[in-house]
Amino acid sequence: MTAQAELEREETETMTVREAIREALREELARDEDVYIMGEDVGAFGGVLEVTGDLYEEFGEERVRDTPIAEAGYVGAATGAAATGTRPVIELMFSDFIGVSMEQIMNQMAKMRYMFGGKTEIPVTVRATEGGGMGAASQHSGTVHAWISHFPGLKAVAPGTAAAAKGLTKAAIRSNDPVFVFENKMIYEQQGDVPTDEDYIVPIGEAAVEREGEDVTVVATQRLVGESLDVADRLAGDVSVEVIDPRSLYPLDTETIAESLRKTGRMVVADETPLSYGTHAEIITRAQEEAFFSLDAPIQRVGTPDTHMPFSTPLEQEVLPDGEGVENAIRRIT
Amino acid sequence: MANYTLDTEDGRLEALRRMLTIREFDTKAGEYFADGEIPGFVHLYIGEEAVGVGTCAALEPDDYITSTHRGHGHCIAKGLDTKLMMAELFGKRSGYCNGKGGSMHIADVDAGMLGANGIVGAGPPLATGAALSIDYQDRDQVALAFLGDGAVAQGQVHEAVNMASTWNLPAVFLVENNKYGEATPVEKQHNVKQLSDTAQAYDIPGVTVDGMDVTAVTEAVEEARKRARAGDGPTMIEAETYRYNGHYEGDEQNYRDEEEVAQWKERDAIESFKERLIDRGELTEAEFEELQAEVEDEIADAVEYAQNSDLPEPEEAYEDMFSEPVPEVEQFASRLRTDGGSSGGDSR
Ligand SMILES: Cc1ncc(C[n+]2csc(CCOP(=O)(O)OP(=O)(O)O)c2C)c(N)n1
Ligand SMILES: [Mg+2]
Repeated sequence: MTAQAELEREETETMTVREAIREALREELARDEDVYIMGEDVGAFGGVLEVTGDLYEEFGEERVRDTPIAEAGYVGAATGAAATGTRPVIELMFSDFIGVSMEQIMNQMAKMRYMFGGKTEIPVTVRATEGGGMGAASQHSGTVHAWISHFPGLKAVAPGTAAAAKGLTKAAIRSNDPVFVFENKMIYEQQGDVPTDEDYIVPIGEAAVEREGEDVTVVATQRLVGESLDVADRLAGDVSVEVIDPRSLYPLDTETIAESLRKTGRMVVADETPLSYGTHAEIITRAQEEAFFSLDAPIQRVGTPDTHMPFSTPLEQEVLPDGEGVENAIRRIT
Repeated sequence: MANYTLDTEDGRLEALRRMLTIREFDTKAGEYFADGEIPGFVHLYIGEEAVGVGTCAALEPDDYITSTHRGHGHCIAKGLDTKLMMAELFGKRSGYCNGKGGSMHIADVDAGMLGANGIVGAGPPLATGAALSIDYQDRDQVALAFLGDGAVAQGQVHEAVNMASTWNLPAVFLVENNKYGEATPVEKQHNVKQLSDTAQAYDIPGVTVDGMDVTAVTEAVEEARKRARAGDGPTMIEAETYRYNGHYEGDEQNYRDEEEVAQWKERDAIESFKERLIDRGELTEAEFEELQAEVEDEIADAVEYAQNSDLPEPEEAYEDMFSEPVPEVEQFASRLRTDGGSSGGDSR
């Protein structure tokens, strides 16, 4: 079923990605009193990314807690808290700051459950914003979800639409495992239809077919979902493009992708991680493992060309993967 | 000899000039950011000029500093060229970082400026490293890290100060306590009364000075520098100061009231230093006006230089990654050279 058909069965409201995440947080804070938010200036200030907004007014400072600038400390504390009966939701602000907290993520959060023989649950959610496009330069524009997806013991989701943003955030908070929610900063204002049902979730590990097509499959994430849909519109009548948003990076819905590839025989993977050892590599490997004999052309990838995000606009625009790159890749194989 | 020191009349006038230059530079940076000519974000140093200038006046020209996201003042105090700084803010090829860094990453390693930094608390370990080089090669220098009150909460800051003190390195840690980290007041981030109290944990001197008084800052840093050069290890200095503007430009500042801002402005460091120089007979109102006019001209020139400089060509995105280029990156540059047009991230 396409994502659109899925939504047509629900009562929806139009809202931005930012509002959709805030609604998810609001509903989960209201539903479960063990859930609380921690991060820098998430309280009265409303968050640097303006996502937590008015949640502080509604839930108070214990449940929407400001922290010192201490990512290693509060990500570690969240892990310890999650292991001991509460369900913290961390706002890490820029995903580049994962670097500061990496020890607690890779050696504690990711490993505790397994090392302890499965006797501990770590129900922690970490939200972080990714991506270039606003001149924020190399230390505030990273797309790092491949690291987290690579690391055993962590789950990672990355919405490309408002509905997915809400459904995935809620699923992350309800999960008993560590889940990272990667929000692309360029799509916070993107609008979409979002189910109002308080129990609407997007199960972690389910991709969405955002548009059906016959000639080529574009697997796109985050900002590139919308850009790929635009490309599909532009090419309609000429090339029929199927667009899939994996939504969940780990676990990854291999079957939905493979099924599409069996139909189209051609595939482009578009994701903002740097190309080498990026998210593309995993998606492509799995796709060819499942559907190699359906392939009519080499699978193409669109990503950041192994540079950091430069500051100056023409440089940033040069390295940012975009619809033009997706279109060129489609043209080459169709 | 330092470029300027508060011990001589010329040095004091130079210090005043630099404080004015910082204020004018950041005033213009704020304006061109608001106009949309400067992309990204900018964090202004207005109000804190005495800290950067008092500190750098006590350093020798080849001493090292590490800076923060709020780095323009440190750069100017250290003697960087406002033209190249402004060009960097505008994203121009002629800027300090060829347009790759922007406001948050201005650096001039040859001038002892190891970079503004987008990661809060990342400077101190780098300064400890610079102090290690100095110590290792027995050079007559020190390394000083500027860090904010908020940065004191970072784990890597603790690790850096602990190493520097344990290894007795010629380092200085200069905490700019401007009372807030973003929107959060310092009391909500730390349990100690004074941030300089944290020095006790490392058994190094910790002093708090009035950061609105350029002389007080410079005296503390001179003392710390002497101590570092004598082989007695690092010092932590907390300078109490205040940023007049928001955390970044565009910040609505709903977390503080205008009265608080006004009270700090009454203690303005430039105003009080100017008065002191006038009282000492080293400056007249007319000379001050002239100095101010010169500074305005300098910054107007810097803006003009930035505006007239070229933006980098897209191809330059693929330069500067490594000393030996790699094919993974080179393929994009060569494709641009042959095909033209943006790659859009397309790997072929
Ligand atoms: C590791 C890290 N965490 C968070 C941020 C976001 N951030 C940028 S500036 C800032 C506040 C810094 O406060 P302070 O150290 O007091 O410096 P000030 O801005 O007051 O000069 C924060 C939280 C960051 N850049 N790096
Ligand atoms: Mg501060």
